[in-house]
Amino acid sequence: MIVSSTNTAKPATGIPALLKTAFVNALIALVLFSLMVGIRTEAGSDGQLTYWTRFGEVASLVAAVFGGSIVIGLLRQWIGPNGTDKLVPPAVRSGMSFLGRYLAPVLLIFTVLVPVIFYDQRYILDLAILVLTYVMLGWGLNVVVGLAGLLDLGYVAFYAVGAYSYALLATNFGWSFWVCLPLAGILAAFWGVLLGFPVLRLRGDYLAIVTLAFGEIIRLVIINWQSLTGGPNGVSSIPRPSFFGIPLDNSDNGLAARLGIEYSPTHRIVFLFYLILALALLTNWVTIRLRRLPIGRAWEALREDEVACRALGINTTTTKLTAFATGAMFGGFAGAFFATRQGFISPESFTFQESALVLAIVVLGGMGSQLGVALAALAMIGGFELFRGLETYRMLVFGMAMVLIMIWRPRGLIGHRAPTVYLTKAQAISSDLVKEGHG
Amino acid sequence: MSGDEILGVDRLTMRFGGIVAVQDLSFAAERKKITALIGPNGAGKTTVFNCITGFYKPSGGAIRLTHDDGKVIALERLNDFRIAKQAKVARTFQNIRLFPGMTALENLMVAQHNALMRASGFTFLGLIGAPVYRDAEKHAIDLATDWLKRVNLLDRADDAAGNFSYGDQRRLEIARAMCTEPALLCLDEPAAGLNARESAALSELLLSIRNELGTSILLIEHDMSVVMEISDHIVVMDHGVKIAEGSPREIRDDPKVIAAYLGTDEEEAVAVMESGS
Amino acid sequence: MDYFAQQLINGLVLGSIYGLIAIGYTMVYGIVGMINFAHGDVFMIGGFIALITFLILVSLGLTAIPVILLVVLLVSMAITALYGWTIERIAYRPLRHSFRLAPMLSAIGMSFVLTNYSQVAQGARVKPIPPFITGGYTLHESTDGFVIQLSNIQIMVVVTTIVLLALFTWLVSRTRLGRDMRACEQDQTMAALLGVNVDRTISMTFVIGAALAAVAGLMYLLYYGLVDFFMGFVAGIKAFTAAVLGGIGSLPGAMLGGLAIGLIETFWSAYFSVEYKDVAAFSILIVVLIFMPTGLLGRPEVEKV
Repeated sequence: MIVSSTNTAKPATGIPALLKTAFVNALIALVLFSLMVGIRTEAGSDGQLTYWTRFGEVASLVAAVFGGSIVIGLLRQWIGPNGTDKLVPPAVRSGMSFLGRYLAPVLLIFTVLVPVIFYDQRYILDLAILVLTYVMLGWGLNVVVGLAGLLDLGYVAFYAVGAYSYALLATNFGWSFWVCLPLAGILAAFWGVLLGFPVLRLRGDYLAIVTLAFGEIIRLVIINWQSLTGGPNGVSSIPRPSFFGIPLDNSDNGLAARLGIEYSPTHRIVFLFYLILALALLTNWVTIRLRRLPIGRAWEALREDEVACRALGINTTTTKLTAFATGAMFGGFAGAFFATRQGFISPESFTFQESALVLAIVVLGGMGSQLGVALAALAMIGGFELFRGLETYRMLVFGMAMVLIMIWRPRGLIGHRAPTVYLTKAQAISSDLVKEGHG
Repeated sequence: MSGDEILGVDRLTMRFGGIVAVQDLSFAAERKKITALIGPNGAGKTTVFNCITGFYKPSGGAIRLTHDDGKVIALERLNDFRIAKQAKVARTFQNIRLFPGMTALENLMVAQHNALMRASGFTFLGLIGAPVYRDAEKHAIDLATDWLKRVNLLDRADDAAGNFSYGDQRRLEIARAMCTEPALLCLDEPAAGLNARESAALSELLLSIRNELGTSILLIEHDMSVVMEISDHIVVMDHGVKIAEGSPREIRDDPKVIAAYLGTDEEEAVAVMESGS
Repeated sequence: MDYFAQQLINGLVLGSIYGLIAIGYTMVYGIVGMINFAHGDVFMIGGFIALITFLILVSLGLTAIPVILLVVLLVSMAITALYGWTIERIAYRPLRHSFRLAPMLSAIGMSFVLTNYSQVAQGARVKPIPPFITGGYTLHESTDGFVIQLSNIQIMVVVTTIVLLALFTWLVSRTRLGRDMRACEQDQTMAALLGVNVDRTISMTFVIGAALAAVAGLMYLLYYGLVDFFMGFVAGIKAFTAAVLGGIGSLPGAMLGGLAIGLIETFWSAYFSVEYKDVAAFSILIVVLIFMPTGLLGRPEVEKV
């Protein structure tokens, strides 16, 4: 492996070559940044466009590219042609896999204890709820993309359907969260079937664009159907969830008063935390369970080879539909939770960026791996929060991270598949063998 | 052919645009027998297969399948998965189509999808862990294990199918097709790419499927040693039409077949035909 | 009837712009088999570069409009093409033989990078320019006073599109590069064995696609008189829809799809409601794909078994 990597072009070695590459890169950077960064335009108060120059910024960017090229070049020569993957010694690798076995339970226990440990830190609790929401969305989409191999670029549509279902049912009819939650899931699944039925025979990128279009349609309809959805203004004062009928507020029949403890707004946050944790774990449990049932195996078989599935008498249309509907249902649950947690929803929360983010979580996690998806959600949302102070640079950094992560690990964090049934020993299957589906 | 017919192909025609791949082809396959479909490359054999197994919709003609209980099914009216599900026709592919990222056992479990779906109460009973489903799953694993034993892959049950050698993959694909418990097994060049020893083992496997389980087999094959050894009946195609049919002996001596098979170079053709004897 | 004719003109102009962007999607898809999600943002960058060049030229005191247009066109095509080249080099080439979703996500990431790069570098506010090319022709004036207008800018958009298409068709069908591109589309390994420089051909595909997007960006700027950092997303999705509608991978299909989307949007706005024009475009895409699963001009997929 080390010697035989002849197919990768031998990188130019030596300092002069390195400098030459860096110089060329800097030159390219100069052209790229010259106008876009060097000239700043702004519309004045009279609508007239003015501009001013920023050559200093261009110079420092070009210098950064020059320096960066040299550093990367040196690193490449130092590491060798095999890349970072081989950098980790086998001992560390086996240690990692040992750790991997206990990572899931440890992570779960830690998660359950988060409200106890961070009871006073509202910010961390809020962030944890956010992360868990994305874990749940990731697990839901994982059924569609990771297991069944169907590319869904409009998953956020089902999230939106769930959120608006709860918001509208609760504000218009005063139905409780616990009645609306299953309804939101069923409605989202219904929309999933409605979309899926005609389009699931499309393959590959045609399916991708249709789901993307569907996501946009739902969002645009929400924006424009003002009489029902409030349009861009959204739906506000969505009822907060109750503890199975007992409100979590400061009133006399609130939970705090009934238990005889002092009321604190944190109670509700903690309740929301455990609510989303329970929903996420339900998603996980159902998915793991389904994988071991014929339907789940058929999903994975579909991802591996659709033609073979048909030759074995599997109805590929209904199999795809169930995957689509199951994923949509979990998205709907998550949406209902989102609505009750925020108390306010608007179309802005359901843009294509959300779909892309959830998809990135699934792919980064390693298609089909439940633990991987959870870790990826933690890394993405947590990482995204780290850059909160950077304001507009945040999405820039996020985009760059997406590109770099894909180049670093195109197969995701957890790169193997666990078999669903075994005779003697369950052996992990290398991701190189696992197909990614056509749909 | 009278006899006990399982598959009757009647004036089958398949056109792709202006090209006629199969024209007015009629033949029959007998129950509990091995029928071989042979012919030079491009004769239209795989097209016939794809029509029988529902991947193509024939342009004309009829394909009848008669089950043991006398029920007759018109295959040309069923499409794709229903042929496997309702007519109980299983097939393998010329360029093996296993589920490479799933283990051998999982491959065989997927093959029992329809039976397991019913047992799992279309997932709902399975989800709550009903004993009905657990028994069915155990039974399915037993059937799969039995087949892994037959194709001599039991010790590799938990390995990913994609890691198997070519010959092992061919046998696993046959085992997977058999796990659907078919009435008719269609094999598309099962001996392609196998060495002599593997070919011999394949012949033995196919004979045991016919003799012990009574499954009817229809196969396309280029390896004459396999065809001549195990076939009960041979249909020869060239350029989309049937040019001969009969017992291995009759086919071997048919000058038309020899001529068609290797063009003008008759000596070589004779050599190929005789390698099977 | 007059109203209809006017909308037809407007729709064709809009469709021309979509078509130019759609060609970039379809070319890349044909050769590399990936959806270049960042392409809409390349279009946006093209618009910005055109805007900035305009400003500089005007502030330098240049007044000859044809000269300004030519310089702007060339500068914006050249720099945007370099953006296309760089994007392919950084974000897609390392993933060329990787599994299918990786380059797609890399492209989505790249799209976020470009959108926000533009926002950081040029601010979030809409950038208007004064109408640059004015005047036009009155084609017909009906008795009730309705006038069918054909503005100079509309003529320019359509003429530019036609010229570029002719040039581009010539490039693909007659030149060495075009032949290499078609060869790579069929079979990259075989093309490489026969001496085609696959890396260079793919790079050139991105360069040409980006240059066409830059032209579209310039046309958009002239036609609508404004650019903003977010315009790449909507235009990109529309153009991609157009490419798929026409049959992704097919060049005439991309143009046809672009015109179709442009016309659908315009007519829907004119006769039904402006708010739902995008909904109409996307719905028609879904309906067309249901009945023609590979688009209007796409080659039907023959399933090899």
